[in-house]
Amino acid sequence: MRDPLGRAPAVLLVPAALATALLVVPLAAMVAATTWSGLPAQLRSEPLREALWLSLTTATAAALICLVLGLPLAWVLARIDFPGRSVVRALVSVPLVLPPVVAGVALRTAFGRRGLLGEPILELTGFSFPFTTWGVVLSHVFVALPFVVISVEGAFRAAGREYDAAAATLGAGRWTAFRRVSVPLALPGIVAGLVLGWARALGEFGATITFNGNYPGTTQVMPNLIYVTRQSDQDAALALSLVMLLVSVAVLLLLRDRWLGTP
Amino acid sequence: MTKNLPVLVLLLPLALAGCGGDSEAGAGDPEKLQVLAAASLTEAFTTLADDFETDHDGVEVELQFGSSTDLAETVADGAPGDVLATADETAMQIAVDADVTAEEPVVFAENQLVIVTAPGNPAGVESLDDLADVDWVRCADDVPCGRVALSLLDGAGVTAEPVSLEVDVKATLEKVATGEADAGLVYASDAVTAGDDVESVAIDGAQEVPAVYYLAPLAQSSDADLAGDWIELVESASGRQALEDAGFSSP
Repeated sequence: MRDPLGRAPAVLLVPAALATALLVVPLAAMVAATTWSGLPAQLRSEPLREALWLSLTTATAAALICLVLGLPLAWVLARIDFPGRSVVRALVSVPLVLPPVVAGVALRTAFGRRGLLGEPILELTGFSFPFTTWGVVLSHVFVALPFVVISVEGAFRAAGREYDAAAATLGAGRWTAFRRVSVPLALPGIVAGLVLGWARALGEFGATITFNGNYPGTTQVMPNLIYVTRQSDQDAALALSLVMLLVSVAVLLLLRDRWLGTP
Repeated sequence: MTKNLPVLVLLLPLALAGCGGDSEAGAGDPEKLQVLAAASLTEAFTTLADDFETDHDGVEVELQFGSSTDLAETVADGAPGDVLATADETAMQIAVDADVTAEEPVVFAENQLVIVTAPGNPAGVESLDDLADVDWVRCADDVPCGRVALSLLDGAGVTAEPVSLEVDVKATLEKVATGEADAGLVYASDAVTAGDDVESVAIDGAQEVPAVYYLAPLAQSSDADLAGDWIELVESASGRQALEDAGFSSP
């Protein structure tokens, strides 16, 4: 097993070990601190089932909306040369680096009852996003869409333009080339982007709590439930966190071939 | 040996950060009084800290505000601090159970729930019963302000459901101040802090179920006399005045 290039230098190995420990130790500590005997009761509790169901459904709805809106945007960014493309890409990526609470404040400024769009919508239809499940989906889409767009754009770029050109020589229009060539070629990247967006939506807390509030069954998603429970019952909060950890690990297993597989 | 030098360089900031924590307690620095207090006490205690520093030359009051439960758990874990002030008995009990309080905690203030509405009270909320007709918010059952709200609502026989159970009282206030909710249940002190952003409506019977604020010197205090002076100041006439100005009532 000797590497012909020589031993790995300690200057790289030590920080690498520290990095691994930094990421693994807190999660391991959480698992170790969980009171396993109380776990089954926690898992059967009504608030947990309600919150988990809400989390899964809203994240899935958000991922579907990201697919419908994000896939075309990713294609436009990858394939169409237009002035200001890099500006659009930069603007679309902003929510990636935005603190989630700021995302919540921004959403409220736009879609709140007194918001830029929220007020006219309320007057016209009597509907407002805050405190509704649709509001939760909206904030999930806001935080997840950039992940989907950026990773799908990368997938489209990897499935280069020349395939579109080849399709065009065979008489395919752009729509046909998109459907029959680009999407199939980029499919693994599209799926990975969607799963990433879905996972991001599942963990979303800041924007949701700021914009939508917290009510069991309508807006109380898992992270909200964990945050509120933590204030009165640490053991229950740990058990709930463990459920989220399991869901995250499940997502990683789903992506294993892409990220965790050996190249 | 020189091969490992870069590693040492990398670790140096860590080592220095470790030293920084220790040297803070070193001699020669101005004396510090660390007061850990519930977030709702921010305005009152900030005023009192100025008074305290005026009366105690060379003493610096370091105020740390946060959730009562979080603060109590931190000191129970042995974090440094001289005085702990919590917004309920449950939180103080965490510190008492961990044997980090130096004396029996005392009650020094009470805070009553009020209804806050948008300025001018456009939805016309005059009592708890009116909540049934509007979108209103309160704290979640698990946090202190939610427990107080729940017992108040149960006592009044109000069954109206809120649109949201907020994670803390500041979030509850924010939902009303930004206009997302028509009304909310917050402490009188929070309504004072919000100023003109909200209008507050007194609730009949709120004085029967107040939030009770506890104060205790901590065992890890480096200067028990100074900690005692702080408690004396809070309980003095000027301390009461500062608390009343911030919306609290005397026990």
